[in-house]
Amino acid sequence: MKWSALFNSSVGRKWTMGLTGIFLILFLIVHVGLNACIWAMDGGVMFNKAAHFMGANVVPRLLELGLFAGFLLHIIQGWSLELTNRAARKKGYAVSMGNKGSKWYSRSMGILGTLLFLFLVMHLAHFWVPSRITGLKPVLIDGKEFHNLYGEMLSVFQGNLIVVVLYTIGCISLAWHLMHGFQSAFRTLGVSNPRYLRIIESAGVVFSIVISMVFALMPISMYAGWIK
Amino acid sequence: MQHYIMNLTLKVWRQRNASDAGHFETYPVEGISSEMSFLEMIDVLNEKLLKEGKEPIAFDHDCREGICGMCSMYINGRPHGPWHNNTTCQLHMRAYQDGDTIVIEPWRANSFPVIKDLMVDRGAFDRIIQAGGFISVNTGSAVDANAIPVEKEKADYAFAAAACIGCGACVAACKNSSAMLFVAAKVSHLALLPQGHPEKKKRALSMVAQMDKEGFGACTNTGACEAVCPKGISIENIARLNREYMMAGLAENE
Repeated sequence: MKWSALFNSSVGRKWTMGLTGIFLILFLIVHVGLNACIWAMDGGVMFNKAAHFMGANVVPRLLELGLFAGFLLHIIQGWSLELTNRAARKKGYAVSMGNKGSKWYSRSMGILGTLLFLFLVMHLAHFWVPSRITGLKPVLIDGKEFHNLYGEMLSVFQGNLIVVVLYTIGCISLAWHLMHGFQSAFRTLGVSNPRYLRIIESAGVVFSIVISMVFALMPISMYAGWIK
Repeated sequence: MQHYIMNLTLKVWRQRNASDAGHFETYPVEGISSEMSFLEMIDVLNEKLLKEGKEPIAFDHDCREGICGMCSMYINGRPHGPWHNNTTCQLHMRAYQDGDTIVIEPWRANSFPVIKDLMVDRGAFDRIIQAGGFISVNTGSAVDANAIPVEKEKADYAFAAAACIGCGACVAACKNSSAMLFVAAKVSHLALLPQGHPEKKKRALSMVAQMDKEGFGACTNTGACEAVCPKGISIENIARLNREYMMAGLAENE
Protein backbone atom coordinates (compact mmCIF):
# COMPACT_ATOMS: atom_id res chain seq x y z
CA MET A 1 0.00 0.00 0.00
CA LYS A 2 1.26 3.44 -0.93
CA TRP A 3 1.99 5.81 1.95
CA SER A 4 -0.27 8.40 0.36
CA ALA A 5 -3.22 5.99 0.45
CA LEU A 6 -2.33 4.88 3.98
CA PHE A 7 -2.19 8.41 5.40
CA ASN A 8 -5.29 9.48 3.48
CA SER A 9 -7.41 6.70 4.99
CA SER A 10 -9.57 7.56 8.01
CA VAL A 11 -7.23 5.65 10.33
CA GLY A 12 -4.12 7.17 8.73
CA ARG A 13 -5.47 10.69 9.10
CA LYS A 14 -6.15 10.01 12.77
CA TRP A 15 -2.59 8.70 13.12
CA THR A 16 -1.32 12.03 11.84
CA MET A 17 -3.48 13.74 14.48
CA GLY A 18 -2.18 11.45 17.22
CA LEU A 19 1.49 11.76 16.25
CA THR A 20 1.40 15.54 15.87
CA GLY A 21 -0.72 15.77 19.04
CA ILE A 22 1.91 13.95 21.10
CA PHE A 23 4.64 16.06 19.48
CA LEU A 24 2.77 19.23 20.49
CA ILE A 25 2.31 17.85 24.02
CA LEU A 26 6.09 17.42 24.24
CA PHE A 27 6.51 20.99 23.00
CA LEU A 28 4.18 22.22 25.78
CA ILE A 29 6.49 20.63 28.37
CA VAL A 30 9.51 22.48 26.93
CA HIS A 31 7.53 25.71 26.65
CA VAL A 32 6.14 25.64 30.18
CA GLY A 33 9.56 24.74 31.60
CA LEU A 34 11.36 27.59 29.87
CA ASN A 35 8.66 30.10 30.71
CA ALA A 36 8.72 29.12 34.36
CA CYS A 37 12.03 31.03 34.48
CA ILE A 38 9.93 34.19 34.89
CA TRP A 39 9.42 33.09 38.49
CA ALA A 40 13.16 33.15 39.22
CA MET A 41 12.49 36.62 40.77
CA ASP A 42 15.69 37.97 39.20
CA GLY A 43 14.16 40.70 37.08
CA GLY A 44 13.94 38.38 34.09
CA VAL A 45 17.67 37.62 33.75
CA MET A 46 17.28 33.83 33.65
CA PHE A 47 14.22 34.03 31.40
CA ASN A 48 15.91 36.35 28.89
CA LYS A 49 18.97 34.07 28.78
CA ALA A 50 16.75 31.04 28.15
CA ALA A 51 14.82 32.91 25.45
CA HIS A 52 18.12 33.98 23.90
CA PHE A 53 19.31 30.36 23.75
CA MET A 54 16.06 29.31 22.06
CA GLY A 55 16.43 32.09 19.50
CA ALA A 56 20.17 31.93 18.82
CA ASN A 57 21.06 28.24 18.94
CA VAL A 58 20.68 26.30 15.70
CA VAL A 59 19.04 23.23 17.29
CA PRO A 60 15.99 25.02 18.73
CA ARG A 61 15.68 27.00 15.50
CA LEU A 62 15.51 23.77 13.50
CA LEU A 63 13.05 22.34 16.02
CA GLU A 64 11.01 25.49 15.56
CA LEU A 65 10.55 24.63 11.89
CA GLY A 66 9.36 21.18 12.95
CA LEU A 67 7.03 22.82 15.44
CA PHE A 68 5.43 25.00 12.77
CA ALA A 69 5.02 21.95 10.54
CA GLY A 70 3.49 20.02 13.47
CA PHE A 71 1.05 22.81 14.26
CA LEU A 72 0.00 23.25 10.63
CA LEU A 73 -0.49 19.51 10.09
CA HIS A 74 -2.49 19.17 13.31
CA ILE A 75 -4.68 22.19 12.57
CA ILE A 76 -5.35 21.53 8.89
CA GLN A 77 -5.86 17.79 9.33
CA GLY A 78 -8.09 18.47 12.35
CA TRP A 79 -10.34 20.82 10.44
CA SER A 80 -10.42 18.55 7.44
CA LEU A 81 -11.41 15.56 9.61
CA GLU A 82 -14.05 17.64 11.37
CA LEU A 83 -15.61 18.51 8.00
CA THR A 84 -15.53 14.90 6.76
CA ASN A 85 -17.00 13.63 10.01
CA ARG A 86 -19.77 16.21 10.11
CA ALA A 87 -20.66 15.46 6.50
CA ALA A 88 -21.15 11.75 7.30
CA ARG A 89 -24.61 12.49 8.77
CA LYS A 90 -26.56 14.92 6.60
CA LYS A 91 -29.87 14.35 8.38
CA GLY A 92 -29.50 14.62 12.15
CA TYR A 93 -31.61 13.44 15.08
CA ALA A 94 -34.57 15.29 16.58
CA VAL A 95 -33.51 14.20 20.07
CA SER A 96 -29.78 14.52 20.58
CA MET A 97 -27.84 11.94 22.54
CA GLY A 98 -26.05 14.67 24.48
CA ASN A 99 -23.87 13.43 27.31
CA LYS A 100 -25.39 9.94 27.37
CA GLY A 101 -22.22 8.01 26.66
CA SER A 102 -19.61 10.63 25.83
CA LYS A 103 -18.10 13.71 27.43
CA TRP A 104 -18.92 17.14 25.98
CA TYR A 105 -15.25 17.99 25.49
CA SER A 106 -14.58 14.78 23.56
CA ARG A 107 -17.26 15.89 21.10
CA SER A 108 -15.99 19.49 20.98
CA MET A 109 -12.38 18.99 19.87
CA GLY A 110 -12.97 20.96 16.67
CA ILE A 111 -14.37 23.98 18.50
CA LEU A 112 -11.78 23.80 21.31
CA GLY A 113 -9.07 23.44 18.67
CA THR A 114 -10.39 26.47 16.78
CA LEU A 115 -10.32 28.51 20.00
CA LEU A 116 -6.73 27.37 20.49
CA PHE A 117 -5.91 28.37 16.92
CA LEU A 118 -7.28 31.88 17.54
CA PHE A 119 -5.27 32.02 20.75
CA LEU A 120 -2.17 30.90 18.87
CA VAL A 121 -2.52 33.70 16.32
CA MET A 122 -2.76 36.28 19.12
CA HIS A 123 0.07 34.66 21.04
CA LEU A 124 2.42 34.60 18.02
CA ALA A 125 1.59 38.25 17.31
CA HIS A 126 2.41 39.15 20.93
CA PHE A 127 5.74 37.38 21.26
CA TRP A 128 6.98 35.43 18.27
CA VAL A 129 6.64 38.26 15.75
CA PRO A 130 8.54 40.85 17.85
CA SER A 131 11.27 38.44 18.92
CA ARG A 132 11.92 36.98 15.45
CA ILE A 133 10.82 39.67 12.99
CA THR A 134 10.12 43.20 14.19
CA GLY A 135 12.71 43.18 16.95
CA LEU A 136 12.72 43.74 20.71
CA LYS A 137 14.37 46.34 22.91
CA PRO A 138 17.79 45.19 24.11
CA VAL A 139 18.67 44.75 27.78
CA LEU A 140 22.16 44.49 29.28
CA ILE A 141 22.87 41.35 31.29
CA ASP A 142 26.47 40.94 32.58
CA GLY A 143 27.58 43.54 30.05
CA LYS A 144 26.10 41.57 27.13
CA GLU A 145 23.10 42.60 25.05
CA PHE A 146 20.00 40.38 25.17
CA HIS A 147 16.50 40.74 23.73
CA ASN A 148 14.25 41.89 26.55
CA LEU A 149 11.47 39.32 26.03
CA TYR A 150 10.73 39.50 29.75
CA GLY A 151 10.09 43.22 29.44
CA GLU A 152 7.82 42.48 26.48
CA MET A 153 5.81 40.04 28.63
CA LEU A 154 5.42 42.65 31.35
CA SER A 155 4.27 45.27 28.86
CA VAL A 156 1.75 42.85 27.27
CA PHE A 157 0.23 41.67 30.53
CA GLN A 158 0.61 44.45 33.11
CA GLY A 159 -2.48 46.61 33.19
CA ASN A 160 -4.12 44.75 30.29
CA LEU A 161 -6.98 42.87 31.89
CA ILE A 162 -8.54 41.93 28.53
CA VAL A 163 -5.33 40.28 27.32
CA VAL A 164 -4.99 38.39 30.62
CA VAL A 165 -8.61 37.19 30.34
CA LEU A 166 -8.06 36.10 26.71
CA TYR A 167 -4.94 34.16 27.74
CA THR A 168 -6.86 32.51 30.56
CA ILE A 169 -9.62 31.48 28.13
CA GLY A 170 -6.89 30.08 25.88
CA CYS A 171 -5.48 28.04 28.79
CA ILE A 172 -8.94 26.73 29.75
CA SER A 173 -9.52 25.65 26.13
CA LEU A 174 -6.13 23.95 26.22
CA ALA A 175 -7.06 22.06 29.40
CA TRP A 176 -10.28 20.65 27.90
CA HIS A 177 -8.62 19.95 24.55
CA LEU A 178 -5.87 17.97 26.29
CA MET A 179 -8.31 16.27 28.65
CA HIS A 180 -9.60 14.32 25.65
CA GLY A 181 -6.64 14.64 23.29
CA PHE A 182 -3.93 13.25 25.56
CA GLN A 183 -5.46 9.80 26.02
CA SER A 184 -7.15 9.78 22.62
CA ALA A 185 -3.79 10.20 20.88
CA PHE A 186 -2.46 7.03 22.48
CA ARG A 187 -5.62 5.08 21.62
CA THR A 188 -5.35 6.26 18.03
CA LEU A 189 -1.72 5.12 17.88
CA GLY A 190 -2.84 1.69 19.02
CA VAL A 191 -2.44 1.40 22.79
CA SER A 192 -5.17 -1.10 23.62
CA ASN A 193 -3.84 -2.63 26.84
CA PRO A 194 -6.31 -1.67 29.59
CA ARG A 195 -3.59 -1.38 32.23
CA TYR A 196 -1.56 1.14 30.23
CA LEU A 197 -4.71 2.96 29.12
CA ARG A 198 -5.66 3.54 32.75
CA ILE A 199 -2.21 4.99 33.48
CA ILE A 200 -2.35 7.16 30.34
CA GLU A 201 -5.84 8.41 31.18
CA SER A 202 -4.83 9.43 34.71
CA ALA A 203 -1.60 11.01 33.49
CA GLY A 204 -3.61 12.89 30.86
CA VAL A 205 -5.99 14.40 33.41
CA VAL A 206 -3.13 15.51 35.66
CA PHE A 207 -1.12 16.83 32.71
CA SER A 208 -4.06 18.79 31.27
CA ILE A 209 -4.85 20.50 34.56
CA VAL A 210 -1.30 21.18 35.72
CA ILE A 211 0.13 22.42 32.43
CA SER A 212 -2.82 24.70 31.68
CA MET A 213 -2.84 26.09 35.20
CA VAL A 214 0.88 26.87 35.16
CA PHE A 215 0.51 28.58 31.79
CA ALA A 216 -2.48 30.59 33.00
CA LEU A 217 -0.57 31.67 36.11
CA MET A 218 2.07 33.39 33.97
CA PRO A 219 -0.05 36.31 32.69
CA ILE A 220 -2.05 36.31 35.94
CA SER A 221 1.01 36.63 38.16
CA MET A 222 2.41 39.41 35.97
CA TYR A 223 -0.90 41.25 36.00
CA ALA A 224 -1.31 40.84 39.74
CA GLY A 225 2.23 42.02 40.36
CA TRP A 226 3.35 38.82 42.07
CA ILE A 227 6.64 38.97 40.18
CA LYS A 228 8.97 41.86 40.74
CA MET B 1 -41.92 -6.21 39.86
CA GLN B 2 -45.48 -5.02 39.89
CA HIS B 3 -47.41 -5.25 36.65
CA TYR B 4 -49.07 -2.06 35.43
CA ILE B 5 -50.89 -0.67 32.44
CA MET B 6 -49.89 2.60 30.79
CA ASN B 7 -50.95 5.06 28.14
CA LEU B 8 -48.21 6.60 26.05
CA THR B 9 -47.64 9.13 23.31
CA LEU B 10 -45.35 8.01 20.50
CA LYS B 11 -43.66 10.36 18.07
CA VAL B 12 -42.55 8.15 15.23
CA TRP B 13 -40.52 8.98 12.13
CA ARG B 14 -42.61 8.14 9.04
CA GLN B 15 -40.98 8.09 5.63
CA ARG B 16 -42.62 6.44 2.63
CA ASN B 17 -39.39 5.54 0.84
CA ALA B 18 -35.77 6.55 0.42
CA SER B 19 -36.61 9.64 -1.62
CA ASP B 20 -39.47 10.86 0.60
CA ALA B 21 -38.58 13.77 2.92
CA GLY B 22 -40.22 12.12 5.93
CA HIS B 23 -41.85 13.61 9.03
CA PHE B 24 -42.81 12.82 12.61
CA GLU B 25 -46.28 11.45 13.30
CA THR B 26 -47.79 11.43 16.79
CA TYR B 27 -49.72 8.37 17.98
CA PRO B 28 -51.45 7.86 21.31
CA VAL B 29 -51.19 4.22 22.45
CA GLU B 30 -53.38 2.93 25.23
CA GLY B 31 -53.46 -0.06 27.54
CA ILE B 32 -49.81 -1.02 27.21
CA SER B 33 -48.67 -3.69 29.67
CA SER B 34 -45.42 -3.17 31.55
CA GLU B 35 -44.59 -6.80 30.67
CA MET B 36 -44.60 -6.14 26.93
CA SER B 37 -41.43 -5.74 24.95
CA PHE B 38 -40.90 -2.47 23.08
CA LEU B 39 -41.50 -4.18 19.74
CA GLU B 40 -44.70 -5.78 21.02
CA MET B 41 -45.87 -2.29 21.92
CA ILE B 42 -45.18 -1.24 18.29
CA ASP B 43 -47.04 -4.39 17.15
CA VAL B 44 -50.08 -3.25 19.16
CA LEU B 45 -49.91 0.16 17.50
CA ASN B 46 -49.53 -1.42 14.04
CA GLU B 47 -52.59 -3.67 14.63
CA LYS B 48 -54.53 -0.54 15.47
CA LEU B 49 -53.23 1.29 12.38
CA LEU B 50 -54.18 -1.69 10.16
CA LYS B 51 -57.71 -1.76 11.60
CA GLU B 52 -58.02 1.94 10.81
CA GLY B 53 -56.88 1.22 7.26
CA LYS B 54 -53.60 3.08 7.73
CA GLU B 55 -50.08 2.05 6.72
CA PRO B 56 -48.34 0.24 9.61
CA ILE B 57 -44.93 1.43 10.80
CA ALA B 58 -42.10 -0.42 9.06
CA PHE B 59 -39.30 -1.53 11.40
CA ASP B 60 -36.58 -4.17 11.34
CA HIS B 61 -36.76 -7.19 13.63
CA ASP B 62 -36.10 -10.89 13.42
CA CYS B 63 -35.18 -13.11 16.39
CA ARG B 64 -36.55 -10.85 19.16
CA GLU B 65 -34.04 -12.58 21.45
CA GLY B 66 -31.34 -9.91 21.33
CA ILE B 67 -28.94 -11.92 19.19
CA CYS B 68 -29.68 -11.30 15.52
CA GLY B 69 -28.83 -7.61 15.25
CA MET B 70 -31.84 -6.71 13.12
CA CYS B 71 -33.73 -4.40 15.45
CA SER B 72 -32.61 -0.81 15.52
CA MET B 73 -34.61 2.31 16.53
CA TYR B 74 -33.14 5.42 18.12
CA ILE B 75 -35.38 5.89 21.15
CA ASN B 76 -35.50 9.19 23.05
CA GLY B 77 -31.99 10.11 21.97
CA ARG B 78 -30.36 6.73 22.45
CA PRO B 79 -29.89 3.74 20.11
CA HIS B 80 -31.77 0.69 21.45
CA GLY B 81 -33.37 2.80 24.20
CA PRO B 82 -32.40 3.55 27.79
CA TRP B 83 -31.14 0.20 29.05
CA HIS B 84 -27.45 -0.71 29.12
CA ASN B 85 -26.10 -3.65 27.03
CA ASN B 86 -29.52 -4.16 25.51
CA THR B 87 -31.24 -4.40 22.13
CA THR B 88 -34.55 -2.74 21.30
CA CYS B 89 -36.33 -6.10 21.21
CA GLN B 90 -35.17 -6.83 24.76
CA LEU B 91 -36.22 -3.41 26.01
CA HIS B 92 -39.39 -3.87 28.03
CA MET B 93 -42.15 -1.41 28.73
CA ARG B 94 -41.41 -1.39 32.45
CA ALA B 95 -38.71 1.10 31.44
CA TYR B 96 -41.55 3.61 30.98
CA GLN B 97 -44.26 5.21 33.07
CA ASP B 98 -47.86 6.07 32.30
CA GLY B 99 -48.06 9.33 30.35
CA ASP B 100 -44.52 9.17 28.90
CA THR B 101 -43.75 10.51 25.44
CA ILE B 102 -41.37 8.40 23.39
CA VAL B 103 -39.63 9.74 20.28
CA ILE B 104 -38.56 7.01 17.85
CA GLU B 105 -36.17 7.73 14.97
CA PRO B 106 -34.29 5.54 12.52
CA TRP B 107 -30.47 5.21 12.64
CA ARG B 108 -29.11 8.38 11.08
CA ALA B 109 -26.03 8.16 8.86
CA ASN B 110 -25.51 8.77 5.15
CA SER B 111 -24.14 5.22 4.93
CA PHE B 112 -27.39 3.84 6.40
CA PRO B 113 -30.05 5.30 4.08
CA VAL B 114 -33.65 4.99 5.27
CA ILE B 115 -35.61 2.37 3.32
CA LYS B 116 -38.92 3.11 4.99
CA ASP B 117 -40.00 4.58 8.33
CA LEU B 118 -37.62 3.12 10.94
CA MET B 119 -35.91 0.70 8.58
CA VAL B 120 -32.45 1.52 7.27
CA ASP B 121 -30.22 -0.21 4.73
CA ARG B 122 -27.25 -1.63 6.60
CA GLY B 123 -25.79 -3.26 3.49
CA ALA B 124 -22.63 -1.21 4.03
CA PHE B 125 -21.78 -3.55 6.93
CA ASP B 126 -22.22 -6.60 4.69
CA ARG B 127 -19.86 -5.11 2.12
CA ILE B 128 -17.25 -4.40 4.83
CA ILE B 129 -17.46 -8.05 5.92
CA GLN B 130 -17.19 -9.19 2.30
CA ALA B 131 -14.01 -7.11 1.97
CA GLY B 132 -12.15 -9.23 4.51
CA GLY B 133 -14.14 -10.22 7.58
CA PHE B 134 -13.57 -13.90 7.10
CA ILE B 135 -10.88 -16.58 6.99
CA SER B 136 -10.15 -18.60 3.85
CA VAL B 137 -10.21 -22.34 4.60
CA ASN B 138 -10.79 -25.40 2.53
CA THR B 139 -14.15 -26.85 3.32
CA GLY B 140 -14.38 -30.46 4.36
CA SER B 141 -15.09 -32.27 7.57
CA ALA B 142 -14.97 -30.17 10.70
CA VAL B 143 -11.53 -29.78 12.27
CA ASP B 144 -11.06 -31.26 15.73
CA ALA B 145 -11.92 -28.55 18.25
CA ASN B 146 -8.57 -28.60 20.02
CA ALA B 147 -6.33 -29.17 17.00
CA ILE B 148 -5.02 -25.59 17.20
CA PRO B 149 -4.05 -24.44 20.69
CA VAL B 150 -5.46 -21.03 21.59
CA GLU B 151 -4.34 -19.02 24.60
CA LYS B 152 -7.25 -18.74 27.05
CA GLU B 153 -6.95 -14.97 27.47
CA LYS B 154 -6.88 -14.37 23.72
CA ALA B 155 -9.80 -16.71 23.21
CA ASP B 156 -11.77 -14.66 25.75
CA TYR B 157 -10.90 -11.34 24.06
CA ALA B 158 -11.72 -12.80 20.65
CA PHE B 159 -15.04 -14.11 21.96
CA ALA B 160 -15.93 -10.75 23.49
CA ALA B 161 -15.24 -9.08 20.12
CA ALA B 162 -17.11 -11.81 18.23
CA ALA B 163 -20.23 -10.99 20.24
CA CYS B 164 -20.85 -8.06 17.83
CA ILE B 165 -24.21 -8.59 16.11
CA GLY B 166 -23.64 -5.85 13.52
CA CYS B 167 -26.75 -3.87 14.47
CA GLY B 168 -25.14 -0.50 13.72
CA ALA B 169 -25.94 1.18 17.05
CA CYS B 170 -22.28 2.31 17.19
CA VAL B 171 -22.71 4.21 13.93
CA ALA B 172 -26.05 5.62 15.07
CA ALA B 173 -24.58 6.89 18.36
CA CYS B 174 -21.31 8.26 16.98
CA LYS B 175 -21.22 11.99 16.26
CA ASN B 176 -19.04 11.14 13.25
CA SER B 177 -21.21 8.21 12.08
CA SER B 178 -18.06 6.13 12.38
CA ALA B 179 -18.23 2.37 11.93
CA MET B 180 -14.94 1.82 13.74
CA LEU B 181 -16.38 -0.18 16.65
CA PHE B 182 -18.02 -2.63 14.24
CA VAL B 183 -14.93 -2.99 12.04
CA ALA B 184 -12.67 -3.15 15.11
CA ALA B 185 -14.77 -5.95 16.62
CA LYS B 186 -14.58 -7.99 13.42
CA VAL B 187 -10.85 -7.37 12.87
CA SER B 188 -10.01 -8.05 16.54
CA HIS B 189 -12.06 -11.22 16.70
CA LEU B 190 -10.07 -12.77 13.86
CA ALA B 191 -6.68 -11.12 14.51
CA LEU B 192 -6.58 -12.53 18.04
CA LEU B 193 -7.01 -16.13 16.87
CA PRO B 194 -4.39 -18.24 15.09
CA GLN B 195 -6.91 -19.05 12.33
CA GLY B 196 -7.12 -15.35 11.52
CA HIS B 197 -3.38 -14.71 11.46
CA PRO B 198 -2.44 -15.57 7.86
CA GLU B 199 -4.78 -12.90 6.43
CA LYS B 200 -4.67 -10.33 9.19
CA LYS B 201 -2.78 -7.61 7.31
CA LYS B 202 -4.89 -7.87 4.19
CA ARG B 203 -8.03 -8.03 6.31
CA ALA B 204 -7.34 -4.82 8.26
CA LEU B 205 -6.37 -2.92 5.10
CA SER B 206 -9.33 -4.07 2.99
CA MET B 207 -11.97 -3.66 5.69
CA VAL B 208 -10.87 -0.11 6.55
CA ALA B 209 -10.68 0.74 2.82
CA GLN B 210 -14.25 -0.50 2.35
CA MET B 211 -15.40 1.33 5.49
CA ASP B 212 -14.00 4.61 4.11
CA LYS B 213 -15.55 3.91 0.72
CA GLU B 214 -18.97 3.49 2.33
CA GLY B 215 -18.69 7.03 3.72
CA PHE B 216 -18.50 6.39 7.47
CA GLY B 217 -16.66 9.05 9.50
CA ALA B 218 -13.37 8.69 11.35
CA CYS B 219 -13.11 7.70 15.02
CA THR B 220 -12.47 10.42 17.61
CA ASN B 221 -12.57 8.09 20.64
CA THR B 222 -15.59 9.76 22.27
CA GLY B 223 -16.82 6.41 23.58
CA ALA B 224 -20.48 6.90 22.59
CA CYS B 225 -20.38 3.64 20.58
CA GLU B 226 -19.21 1.56 23.52
CA ALA B 227 -21.88 3.13 25.76
CA VAL B 228 -24.76 2.04 23.51
CA CYS B 229 -23.39 -1.27 22.18
CA PRO B 230 -25.94 -3.98 23.08
CA LYS B 231 -23.11 -6.50 23.28
CA GLY B 232 -20.74 -4.38 25.36
CA ILE B 233 -17.98 -4.39 22.71
CA SER B 234 -15.05 -2.51 24.22
CA ILE B 235 -13.54 0.56 22.59
CA GLU B 236 -10.14 -1.07 23.21
CA ASN B 237 -10.84 -2.99 20.03
CA ILE B 238 -10.65 0.29 18.12
CA ALA B 239 -7.14 0.90 19.42
CA ARG B 240 -6.26 -2.62 18.31
CA LEU B 241 -7.65 -1.94 14.84
CA ASN B 242 -5.67 1.32 14.64
CA ARG B 243 -2.52 -0.66 15.43
CA GLU B 244 -3.31 -3.59 13.13
CA TYR B 245 -4.13 -1.26 10.25
CA MET B 246 -1.08 0.97 10.47
CA MET B 247 1.33 -1.90 11.12
CA ALA B 248 -0.14 -3.70 8.13
CA GLY B 249 0.10 -0.61 5.96
CA LEU B 250 3.64 0.31 6.99
CA ALA B 251 5.07 -3.21 6.95
CA GLU B 252 3.38 -4.56 3.85
CA ASN B 253 5.62 -6.33 1.34
CA GLU B 254 8.40 -6.41 3.91
